[in-house]
Amino acid sequence: MHELAVTESILSIAQKHAAKANASKVTDIYIVIGKLSSIVDDSVQFYWDIISQDTICEFSTLHFERISARFICLNCSTEYEVAAEMMPCPNCQSIHVKVLAGEEFYLDSIEIER
Amino acid sequence: MIQQKVQIVEKILDANDQIAMQNQQNLDNHQIFAINIMASPGAGKTSVILKTIQMLQDKMRIAVIEGDTAAVTIDADKVSALGVPAVQINTGGQCHLDASMLDRAISSLDLQQIDLLIIENVGNLICPASFKIGTHANVVIASVPEGDDKPYKYPNIYRGIDTLILNKTDLLPYIDFRKDYFKTGIELLNPGLEIFELSCKTEEGFSNWINWLKSKVSNQTNR
Repeated sequence: MHELAVTESILSIAQKHAAKANASKVTDIYIVIGKLSSIVDDSVQFYWDIISQDTICEFSTLHFERISARFICLNCSTEYEVAAEMMPCPNCQSIHVKVLAGEEFYLDSIEIER
Repeated sequence: MIQQKVQIVEKILDANDQIAMQNQQNLDNHQIFAINIMASPGAGKTSVILKTIQMLQDKMRIAVIEGDTAAVTIDADKVSALGVPAVQINTGGQCHLDASMLDRAISSLDLQQIDLLIIENVGNLICPASFKIGTHANVVIASVPEGDDKPYKYPNIYRGIDTLILNKTDLLPYIDFRKDYFKTGIELLNPGLEIFELSCKTEEGFSNWINWLKSKVSNQTNR
C-alpha cells in the first residue's frame, strides 16, 4: 500500500535532478532495492505509469536492481548471504546477527535527453 | 539532442527522513520524549495508551496523537475523556503516518505543556516500518492472540524498533503461544531488544513499562 507514497518520492527526486541538468526528457530511471526492503516492483511500476503522466518523466522506463542481503554473525564473525529472510549463522547457528546489506532503497541515476 | 546519464544516489525516502529529523529537533527543543507506537489492528495500542496515561498522568504532562485511516475520533475521544490533549490525524486511507503528518499534528499542540508525547500509528505491521516520523523511540506492541509467528511473517517492523511490548499475557494459558519461538524470532531480527510482557487487563508487568517510560522522560527533561 505504501508504494504510492514511495513512487511519488521517486518522481519528485527525478524531476528535481532533471531540472538541474536542464533535461527536456527523462528516459530511464535506475532504482536500487535491497532484498530486505518491503517494496513491490510491480506496484511501483503501476503507480509510476499513472503519476508520471504529463511530467518530464512520462514514458520513462523504471529499472530495478535488487541487492542481495548479507548478514554478519555477532558470535563468530562469519559473513554470509541470506537465502531466507531469517537465516541463522550457517557456521555456528547463532541467531545473533546483524544486517550488513539488503536494506538499501535509493535512486541511483537517471538518463535524460537535452 | 544529447543523451546523458545523471548520477544521483539519493535515498528515496530522504525527503521524509529530513522532516523526521526536524520533528525530532523540534521535540528536543521542548524537552519532549516522543514514542511511535506501531502494531497490527487489535493488538491493544489504544488500551496500552489509556492505561499508561492513567498510571502516569499525575507524574508528567502527556499528549497523544492518534493516527487512523478513517475519519473517526473513537480513540481520540477516549484519550480526551481522561483529560489529556489528543490530536487526530486522518490519513485518508493511507496505511501509515509519515513525518509531514506528524509535523502538522505537532503544530496544533502546545509543546510547552508536554513531557511525553505518544503517537499511535495506523494499525498495520508493514508500511509504518518504512517511514521514520521523528520520535525518540519506535515501539511495537505484539499480542498473544496474534500468534507466535509474527516476527517471522513481518520481519521488517521488528528490525528497526527500540522496544517491544508483548500484550495480553493474561491469555497465555488459553492460547498456544510458544514464547520461546516468538523470542527467538525477535532475537534474530533485533538482538538484545528489550521486551515488556504485560497485560492491560490484569496490569501484570505494566510497572516495568511505566518505569522505562519514566526514566526516558526524566532523561529528556533533564537534558
